[in-house]
Amino acid sequence: MHLFHKRGASTVIFLALLVAFTIVVTLLSEGMGVGIISTSFVKTLGKTLCLALVAISMDLVWGYAGILSLGHFALFGLGGYMIGMWLMYERTREIVVSSLADAPIPPTVQEVSDAIANQIFGVVGSTEFPLIWAFADSLLAQLMLVVLVPGVLAGVFGWLAFRSRVAGVYLSILTQAMTLALSLYLFQNDNGLRGNNGLSGLQNLPGLSDVSQAVVSVWFLWGAALALGLGYLLAVWVVFGKFGSVLRGIRDDEARVRFLGYPVETYKLVLFTGTACMAGIAGALYYPQAGIVNPAEMAPIASIYLAVWVAIGGRGRLYGAVIGAAFVSLVSSWFTGGQAPDVSLGFYTIKWVDWWLVVLGLSFVLVTLFAPKGIGGLFDLLERRTAPDRHGADLGPDQGALREKEASE
Amino acid sequence: MSTLLEVSGVSVSFDGFRAINNLSFHIGPAEMRAIIGPNGAGKTTFMDIVTGKTKPDKGRVIWGARHLSLLGLSEARIAREGIGRKFQKPTVFEDQSVQENLLMALKNPRGPLSVLFYRPLAAHLARVAALAEEIGLADHLHRKSGALSHGQKQWLEIGMLLAQEPKLLLVDEPAAGMTPAEREHTTNILVEAAKTRAVVVVEHDMEFVRRLGCKVTVLHEGSVLAEGSLDHVTANKEVIDVYLGR
Repeated sequence: MHLFHKRGASTVIFLALLVAFTIVVTLLSEGMGVGIISTSFVKTLGKTLCLALVAISMDLVWGYAGILSLGHFALFGLGGYMIGMWLMYERTREIVVSSLADAPIPPTVQEVSDAIANQIFGVVGSTEFPLIWAFADSLLAQLMLVVLVPGVLAGVFGWLAFRSRVAGVYLSILTQAMTLALSLYLFQNDNGLRGNNGLSGLQNLPGLSDVSQAVVSVWFLWGAALALGLGYLLAVWVVFGKFGSVLRGIRDDEARVRFLGYPVETYKLVLFTGTACMAGIAGALYYPQAGIVNPAEMAPIASIYLAVWVAIGGRGRLYGAVIGAAFVSLVSSWFTGGQAPDVSLGFYTIKWVDWWLVVLGLSFVLVTLFAPKGIGGLFDLLERRTAPDRHGADLGPDQGALREKEASE
Repeated sequence: MSTLLEVSGVSVSFDGFRAINNLSFHIGPAEMRAIIGPNGAGKTTFMDIVTGKTKPDKGRVIWGARHLSLLGLSEARIAREGIGRKFQKPTVFEDQSVQENLLMALKNPRGPLSVLFYRPLAAHLARVAALAEEIGLADHLHRKSGALSHGQKQWLEIGMLLAQEPKLLLVDEPAAGMTPAEREHTTNILVEAAKTRAVVVVEHDMEFVRRLGCKVTVLHEGSVLAEGSLDHVTANKEVIDVYLGR
């Protein structure tokens, strides 16, 4: 079928570009290649892939099912916290054990534990492990929590909200309230997650202290690329057939889907929970590259940015979400990183660090008003123009990758 | 004749306004019925109650041979029990092709998991093609349904209803906005459908109702005013006063 064929082509092209991108960055990296791309930029690119993954999860809930969640970035942050707990615990344990090794009397288990707790929680004036760190010594447990914590939170929240038929803007406000509550909770010093200090030193992988960050950054780039590729495939599979049909039906006319016999609330819950798990995984890959996760990352504004990326990239098409996240986040870090030259108007100097948000807000409004399909919509134009004499669909994502790379170089 | 749907003593009010007042209605398993009545007679509210959109204040709605009460069931559950509904305004999924619309409506398991793993079998596609033929959209299977004409959308919606294989079809003003030729086609589809299942048609157009050639129920102020053949009810003094006379 024409439609399916087209979608298959864009998936193959996307995956091929992702592989090519990963290989090129690896070959140019400091850790494994000729060293043209600095380690910090490899990390930026790796983080961007994680943002693209969470953007896909946002596109699934919003672009396909019409649920404007303003909480998916908080779930992303939770994933980061969950892996961060193990990283920080294990890393601190190594340091503590090696420093106590010289002691005349071998330390007891309790002494080691107290020393770790003192190291981690001294900053918030505590010396004991809170209950939520019960599994922090187990990588496997924390990896499971990366998926479970965002999933269960979204599941309970979604069950309550969807069951009461909360939809549209009211649901968005509810998700935002959830996000705000979560970040306010995490800001408290006595919550067991180090308050506004967050978890830090996450870039140091336990047991691998002799491996340089240049190499680790490439590992994470691979991991992020693999997760993005698999996440993309999963998303394509989900929206490919009848499930996608039902989701788009729910977006366009929820009541009609109900009268067709589909349990709309169950669908929403499954999708909301599933994408929450996806966001958690993306976060767990992002924060070890960032090195630190703190409550500020999970503030409501972050989830709004996520919606802006997806809107600018193009809702309701998966590569649109990827392009939006990559393009906007990279341009954003360029502008706010002080690399963009100031523009002097004589009477006033435009400093992009201050003005970038205005530009972003303005482009969001303009895209919403004049190009509701976002950047992804450009491919439709291209395709229509080139369709008669060549494979229009092939051109589309190609162009997108070009844009992605332009932005990153 | 056995009863497929039995509505008895149902009342519902909105902010003190009695939309449905002690309404009783029943229909057999293979029967066509037209419901007529002036605006505000409660025709749409009646459909809302049967399909689970509106909960009545009192009364019973009993369904099928197992005497299942429909009150308290969700819309989706009622639809799965075999009640299909067509709205006054054509509501198809405009962003999706005719085929996708029909595949979504086709009677198959509705749960998220089975839908996730669902891939259309040849038999399903054949059934969709046959339905498209029946509703005159065989040449438009791959067009987005938003690009169809008003009449074609109405048919697509009827086609989606048939694809659900419901035991009862509730059809709200199927002929609204159609050309005479389209109306005739619609009549044929509905008459054909009523041979194997119950069909309830809400309609304003008397000529259309006459062509359906079925029993007519006249609603007025939320209850049944008269019931019988079209000639019988149009001769009824009360009916003339409240409805036809105006």
